[in-house]
Amino acid sequence: MNRRDVLFATLGLILIWQITALIVHRPILPAPWEVFVVFFKELGNGLLIHFGVSLWRVSAGMALSVLVAAPAGLAIGGSKTMDRFLSPIIYLLYPIPKVVFVPVVLLFLGIGDTAKITLIFLILFFQIIVLVRDQAVGIPPQLIQSLQSLGAGRRALFRFVYLPASLPAILTALRQSIGTAVAVLYISELFATKYGLGYYIYYQGSTLFNYPAMYAGVVAMSLLGLGMYFGVDWLERKWCRWKFVS
Amino acid sequence: MIKINSLTFNYQNNVPLFSGFDFNISRGETCAILGPSGCGKTTLLYLLAGLRQPTSGQISIGGQLLTRPRPQTGLILQDYGLLPWSTVYENVELGIRVRDFYGPDGKHAPDNFQSKNNISVWLERLGLSEVADKFLSQISGGQRQRTAIARTLALEPDLLLMDEPFSSLDAITREDLQNLTLSLCVENNLTLVIVTHAIEEAAALGKKVLLLNQAPNKNAHIFDNPNAGQKNHRSSQAFHELCDLLWKEMQHESA
Repeated sequence: MNRRDVLFATLGLILIWQITALIVHRPILPAPWEVFVVFFKELGNGLLIHFGVSLWRVSAGMALSVLVAAPAGLAIGGSKTMDRFLSPIIYLLYPIPKVVFVPVVLLFLGIGDTAKITLIFLILFFQIIVLVRDQAVGIPPQLIQSLQSLGAGRRALFRFVYLPASLPAILTALRQSIGTAVAVLYISELFATKYGLGYYIYYQGSTLFNYPAMYAGVVAMSLLGLGMYFGVDWLERKWCRWKFVS
Repeated sequence: MIKINSLTFNYQNNVPLFSGFDFNISRGETCAILGPSGCGKTTLLYLLAGLRQPTSGQISIGGQLLTRPRPQTGLILQDYGLLPWSTVYENVELGIRVRDFYGPDGKHAPDNFQSKNNISVWLERLGLSEVADKFLSQISGGQRQRTAIARTLALEPDLLLMDEPFSSLDAITREDLQNLTLSLCVENNLTLVIVTHAIEEAAALGKKVLLLNQAPNKNAHIFDNPNAGQKNHRSSQAFHELCDLLWKEMQHESA
């Protein structure tokens, strides 16, 4: 994505926000300038800590899901036997909206970070495992045979073929899941915590009715998602250089 | 070098492609396998590569019974054999990296394997030095085939198996690479088995041309072509006569 295009899109959205705020003209939709002033003021008043806590939870959930789902997807995609037994189970579980498990996960795992990270993990796990499995199954058999003729056994095939072939799928799954992960993070931070952007937004908006601060939290959460999105883009350009050559 | 004894092979619930088939290839010999689609050319190559196992019968290479891919055999396929996410250099280096990964275990790498970086030598020999940092999408079809050859030869094989390696190339590049392959075989004392559906290619490369027929193949139909690889062979009377003969045989079989 072109940086200049992103800048123009940001300016356009701020302009639309400004116009809407002028039309609505109510405290519930403050103007962008007012929110930005509060945003920078709130950074020193705890918003940065809430941001850091949320960043930790979503990053841990994402990292855990990649570490578990990517090898599992590769193993299933690389073995016909495992594929036959495990794929039907994954395809049955995949469409179930994991958000409905918020109360169950909170009940089982308590009020700490574990429950929140687990929720994010649950959502990303299925997205990544399905994409990686499909990618591994789609590797041309001739490529596998060619590597086998060089002496590659199962371990070398995973190292030199399945893993690099699936990297774009892993990153695509991550990119597609960031929005959902941040949304689930918000929901999970509404319960049993005093830290995190979800808590901050809800507390400022519903308890204190401090709408500029609430929107400052929304901006922070947007920056969190946007930063992760750009982070995945950066990783893709670094690890999948071959996709970007002309 | 290669001994095929009473080979029988069939895919599940299909007519056998080979039934009691015998065939030998000497060390340093070049052999072209020719035949119509579906006759079992590629299957025979995969059997020689150890990627498929005979239903019955035996294949031995260099005196050893073949039960799995042997580290001294190089296989070059028409497409897909190279990693699109790796540069030309990394692709050429791949075989060495796979061997380094396992070490000299005699199974994935020869017992006497010693890692050495001869990649630059092969890149230079095959005219790939200038594109060493390019990805596959950035190089031509001919350069890709050269990369595949360099990757295989970097492992110093004694047997080179090629499955229609030049079929997607233009005529000039194809002839250039055919000549290069022959000179590399002579330089490195390689035994070459090449599968092709092109009569001229078979007659140009194989000192021995094995013509396969519609399944099941029971007897090896062999044409000797002792002048293959010699200078001006392609313009010789013997070359054209062999091409005519192969053409008639293939027409006769298909009729």
